[in-house]
Amino acid sequence: MSDTFDAIADIIAETCNIERETITPESHAIDDLGIDSLDFLDVTFAIDKKFGIKMPVEAWMKEVNEGRAATEDYFVMGNLAAKIDELRAAKG
Amino acid sequence: MRLEYFQLVDGIETMDAEKGTIVCRATVPTESTIFEGHFPGHPLMPGVLLLECMAQTGGHMILARNGYEKMAFLAQADRAKFRGFVVPGDSLEVHSELTHEGSGYAVCKARILKDGKAVADAEIRYRVVPFPSPELRDKMLAFVRTMGHPQA
Repeated sequence: MSDTFDAIADIIAETCNIERETITPESHAIDDLGIDSLDFLDVTFAIDKKFGIKMPVEAWMKEVNEGRAATEDYFVMGNLAAKIDELRAAKG
Repeated sequence: MRLEYFQLVDGIETMDAEKGTIVCRATVPTESTIFEGHFPGHPLMPGVLLLECMAQTGGHMILARNGYEKMAFLAQADRAKFRGFVVPGDSLEVHSELTHEGSGYAVCKARILKDGKAVADAEIRYRVVPFPSPELRDKMLAFVRTMGHPQA
C-alpha cells in the first residue's frame, strides 16, 4: 500500500469516525464506507491541505454525471490515492 | 440588519474578491420580537445569528469571487466563539478572509468587532455550487447590488 493511501485512510478514519482497519484500497468511499457529502467535503479539505493540492472533485463529478467515468474511478480508495499521486506529481 | 428577512449585514464597507477579503457593517435593530424571548429583561443578539452574520459576510465575497455564477451555502462552522454580549443598537464590523479555496467549497475565517474589540469569531466552510435556479441568481444579483457589490 502506498504512503498516499495510508495518509488518506488515516484522514478518513479520523474525519468520518471509521475504524481504520476497515479501510482498504478496495473500499468504495461512498458505497462501502458510507461517507456522505458533508464528510467528503471535510476529507477533501484535509487532503488538499495535507498535500498542497486542489482535488478537482467538481470535474470528477461532472465526468461521472455525464457517464464519462464511473464513481469507482475516483472513489475507490486505491484509485483515489493514485489520482492524488498524479495531482502531486503535476504540482512538481 | 433586517432580522425578519434574515438579512444579517447592512452593506459592504470594503471588499477585495481577488484577495479574498471583505468587511461588512451591521447594526443590530433596537427592537425585534427575538429580544422578547432572548432574553426577557436582558435582550441579547443570539450567537447563532452572529454566526449567520459572519457566514453571510463571507458569502458575499465568495459570490463576487465566482463572478456571480456560483452561490455559497453554509456547510460547516468550526471553533465558533462568542466573546462578548451584543445588544440592540450595537454597530458591528464584520470581517471575513478566505483561507482555502477548494473544488466546490471554500473556507473563511471570520470575526465580528464591536468598538474595535472582537465579540465573535469562527471558521466557516461553504459549499460553492452553481445557482440551483435562475430565479435565485436573479434575486441574489438584485439584492447584492443594494449591498454595494461593485461588479454585480
